[in-house]
Amino acid sequence: MNKTLTVSPPKVRRKKRLNTEVLSYNLLMLPGMILLLIFAVLPMVGIVIAFQRFIPAKGIWGSEWVGLENFRLIFNLPDSWTVLRNTLALAVTKMVVGTVVPIFFALILNEIRCAPYKKFAQTAVYMPYFLSWVLLGSIFLSMLRTDGAINSLIKFFGGEPIMFMASNRWAPIIVVVTDCWKNFGYGSIIYLAALSGVNVNLYEAAAIDGANRLKQIWHVTLPAIAPTIVLVATLSLGNVLNAGFDQIYNMYNPLVYDSIDIIDTFVYRIGLVEMQYGLSTAVGLFKSVVSMVLIILSYWLARKWTGYRIF
Amino acid sequence: MVKSKAVSDRILIVVCYTLVTLGVLLCLLPIVHTLALSLSDKASATAGLVGLWPVNFTGAAYAAILRDKLFFTALGNSLLRVALGVPINVLFCIIMGYPLSRSRKQFPQRNIYMWFLVFTMLFSGGMIPSYVLIDELGLMDSIWALILPSAVGAYNIILLMNYFKNLPGELDEAARIDGAGAMRIMWNIYVPLALPCIATIALFSFVGHWNAWFDAAIYMESQSKIPLQTYIQQLVVESSVSSSLSPEEQMMLAEVSGKSFNAAKVFVTMLPLLLVYPFVQRYFVQGIVIGSVKG
Repeated sequence: MNKTLTVSPPKVRRKKRLNTEVLSYNLLMLPGMILLLIFAVLPMVGIVIAFQRFIPAKGIWGSEWVGLENFRLIFNLPDSWTVLRNTLALAVTKMVVGTVVPIFFALILNEIRCAPYKKFAQTAVYMPYFLSWVLLGSIFLSMLRTDGAINSLIKFFGGEPIMFMASNRWAPIIVVVTDCWKNFGYGSIIYLAALSGVNVNLYEAAAIDGANRLKQIWHVTLPAIAPTIVLVATLSLGNVLNAGFDQIYNMYNPLVYDSIDIIDTFVYRIGLVEMQYGLSTAVGLFKSVVSMVLIILSYWLARKWTGYRIF
Repeated sequence: MVKSKAVSDRILIVVCYTLVTLGVLLCLLPIVHTLALSLSDKASATAGLVGLWPVNFTGAAYAAILRDKLFFTALGNSLLRVALGVPINVLFCIIMGYPLSRSRKQFPQRNIYMWFLVFTMLFSGGMIPSYVLIDELGLMDSIWALILPSAVGAYNIILLMNYFKNLPGELDEAARIDGAGAMRIMWNIYVPLALPCIATIALFSFVGHWNAWFDAAIYMESQSKIPLQTYIQQLVVESSVSSSLSPEEQMMLAEVSGKSFNAAKVFVTMLPLLLVYPFVQRYFVQGIVIGSVKG
């Protein structure tokens, strides 16, 4: 009798406790879910603005529906094609440079054997990542002015001063280089982590076989981080339409719209400066949909090729 | 043969040290230049004579900042934003990251929440619908317009969730045997163990809030509500404020070059990050590696 009593009650209690546990987990999720519903889902409902001639005073329910009119208008604007071309060109160049430079830097940093210096170098190169484009834009624009540091240097060596940010030839180069400057250190972290996991015996074996350091890098180090490279490159695919709003907005000016105006800055200008809400939302929707498809594709590829899962 | 191999290795080492040093210098020089510019006098700054060392050293630009009321208002707004925003971000990461790290057996609705979270991460309504929403909610000109929309950060939640998942499950079982409830297990066992990851998230949240400028630029209508980065942005990049300078500020510009004044403001604005970052670097590298390497 004693035995049956001790066996059955815990079963009942356990079931009850499980329920309160599930309930408490749901309660923990609730506040965040409410915020997401308001600040993430409601704006998605607001996308209907893209199909309206939206007038703020009339609101979403009172504005006139125009179907695909906004989209038709956009595709007929010559600016749209310039902006799309610039976005693709800048984003893809940034992706390539932003993949190659961090790998290269991780490889050379890995050859540094002096630990304190290596630590110092890492601290220095990660730092720009944490500074905002507002500050960096200000610093770079000041350095690139005709009376700035770069042109002083050019003049010192007897060259002609260059108006970098007034030239459609120079502006895209400046954008790619400064973006690389800000992000290459941070980008190298993941490769350095992969490098620290390489088996030391492999290097010893390679050395016995007569491989010098350069050959060891080529035949041991690079293959070891190849999966990481493939993974990072695949995941960056989702950024094909992200050419970097913060950077461009803080560095561009009307003289170089032809070469570095991008979708996001275009959306901002026609939307919040010219108050063409419907047009702006339509362009934004186009970008959101294409980006989402690309991100899903990139995660699918990453999972297929490297078995990566975010959760 | 052996000797030539050693020579080629030595050349490689020298090349690597040189290139790494070059990279380090490239990252530091623009910041050193800005500091030098902020400490130089008007004539040399305007003439572009300042390199990496102040010319005709003067603290006039910093003295001018001390008299700049708008700068301090903006600084106060930034501090308020960080003081509210970071704890809120971290709290949401914990209370959402922990349940999501439980198995489907313990938390049957887990996957529904997860897909919803990922969906909000993948797709967004965009700039105009968000703007209209903030307007409709009456949040224009309110600090909450800068905090609530980004309170739930899907990426950081997933980072912390993965960290919780990788902690040994035996902890959970042992605590249950001792009679601890789900909430106690979370706060007394899992949260203390996840401190390195939570520190990383707090750092990211701090950097995000400190650096954010665009939301305030579109949601804040009165000049007295904008944070520091938005203030700098309007000042330096748009330089549209120059027409509305007060007589005081006109006076200041007479003695201090606009260039050094801006450089000083930029430097003061990046100072908190420059000071905090070297100490927390260890945590964020750890956090990123653990969060991203997870298979």
